[in-house]
Amino acid sequence: MTENKTLLKPSRPVGIVGYGAYVPRYRLPAKEVARMWTGGRAAGLPIKEKAVPGLDEDVITMSIEAARNAMKRAEIDPAEIRAVWIGSESHPYAVKPSSTIVAEAIGAAPHVQAADMEFACKAGTEAMVMAMGLVGSSMARYALAIGMDTAQGKPGDALEYTAAAGGAAFIIGPAEESLAVINASYSFVTDTPDFWRREHQIYPEHGQRFTGDPAYFRHITEAGKTLMEAAGTSAKDYAWAIFHQPNTKFPQKAAQMLGFSPEQIAPGLLSPVIGNTYAGAAIIGLTATLDIARPGDRILVVSFGSGAGSDAFDIVVTDKLLERRDKALKTQDYIARRTEIDYAAYARYRGKIRMK
Amino acid sequence: MEIPRHWRLKQQRYGLVGEVCPHCQVKVFPPRDVCPNCGGEARTPYTFSGRGEVYSYTTIYEAPAGFEDKAPYTVALVKLEEGPLVTAQLTDLGDKPVEIGMPVEMVTRRLRQDGDDRSILIYGYKFRPVMN
Ligand SMILES: [Zn+2]
Repeated sequence: MTENKTLLKPSRPVGIVGYGAYVPRYRLPAKEVARMWTGGRAAGLPIKEKAVPGLDEDVITMSIEAARNAMKRAEIDPAEIRAVWIGSESHPYAVKPSSTIVAEAIGAAPHVQAADMEFACKAGTEAMVMAMGLVGSSMARYALAIGMDTAQGKPGDALEYTAAAGGAAFIIGPAEESLAVINASYSFVTDTPDFWRREHQIYPEHGQRFTGDPAYFRHITEAGKTLMEAAGTSAKDYAWAIFHQPNTKFPQKAAQMLGFSPEQIAPGLLSPVIGNTYAGAAIIGLTATLDIARPGDRILVVSFGSGAGSDAFDIVVTDKLLERRDKALKTQDYIARRTEIDYAAYARYRGKIRMK
Repeated sequence: MEIPRHWRLKQQRYGLVGEVCPHCQVKVFPPRDVCPNCGGEARTPYTFSGRGEVYSYTTIYEAPAGFEDKAPYTVALVKLEEGPLVTAQLTDLGDKPVEIGMPVEMVTRRLRQDGDDRSILIYGYKFRPVMN
């Protein structure tokens, strides 16, 4: 590997000791949103359907379940976890950490670092990079990183078709205990106002056409290219790749720009059937890919968060994956559990009906 | 406002943490520090597996204060595989009819808020049909 000082590479090798996904059971078809706002024009819908949380679900409850799945695969004592970090743009409280409740629920409290991260859709990978640092510096043996969202789009807005709920949790630990080793990560960040939400606003705003080339595609391709150059790899060295998936087309085009085939991104491309799970989107693609990967497979993951930035990861699966992956529910188990709802039920579940 | 009570109950509510009797090994939930079987002191924490089955159930259409926005919902007596019976809401039923003996598993969900929209959120166990 050529020396590259921009890579984020821990001095002690680290990896994924356990992983878990969560997707709520309700699905709102995109054509149902179209029925409500465009007279049912179904041409060019960005996805087939999106995952919607139930009345009793939020980022905290969904993070608890994903974390429990990760714990089942890791088979470690929760008291050995030294950090619980949750990336999300839909934390239930404006002030009071989601991470303390999740840490308590899985038995990781009280000897633990806890914090909530924000960076639009890359808040989850941000938590992963920080966990790599904590473990890679030997400050901790294990750290739990979660990316989870219950994203909301303004009624009738383009984002309402895709803004969805779901995510994933990863227990980062020493490489020798890992089911997949993370060789390195690389982050590419600029000040780009493509999407934002001001304090006290319910729904986000976006810069229309500005969201494509200068934001999503530039950051994803720069991060992916730089990481592969530093690693001395190209697309053909990877069995699988996952790119942040705000819709169906963007990750397909990003893959093509970086030289990846449709087959390489297929297992992780979930946005057509669950929507854009924001901080969970890239990493739930990773859990779905780990569910089918073989030892020795190399995986490229590149997230994207508006505002804007991308985190890229170079990952290699180890033999330990095979003995651990059946110990918890798989990503596709959650996708298969599906109850279709109409726009009225969606409006109720997402708190769009005022009771008083 | 019952913040101290919610705070005290958090572990048993979030993770179904009860007790095991060191004398006769009976598992106790909710925790009460005294074994209902042998009367001995039982203070050893025990985390239940979360698996059980529906023992009895009823559907609530006229919900009590704090739960109005959730109606209709189903409350069940769940027999945990370790023995104790617990009362809890069922969730994620989808189109599935509830049946006595139906296998269920514990999930941690948002139960309600402790007052108006400025109050704390209360999380705790519910049960859903077993996945897999
Ligand atoms: Zn006893």
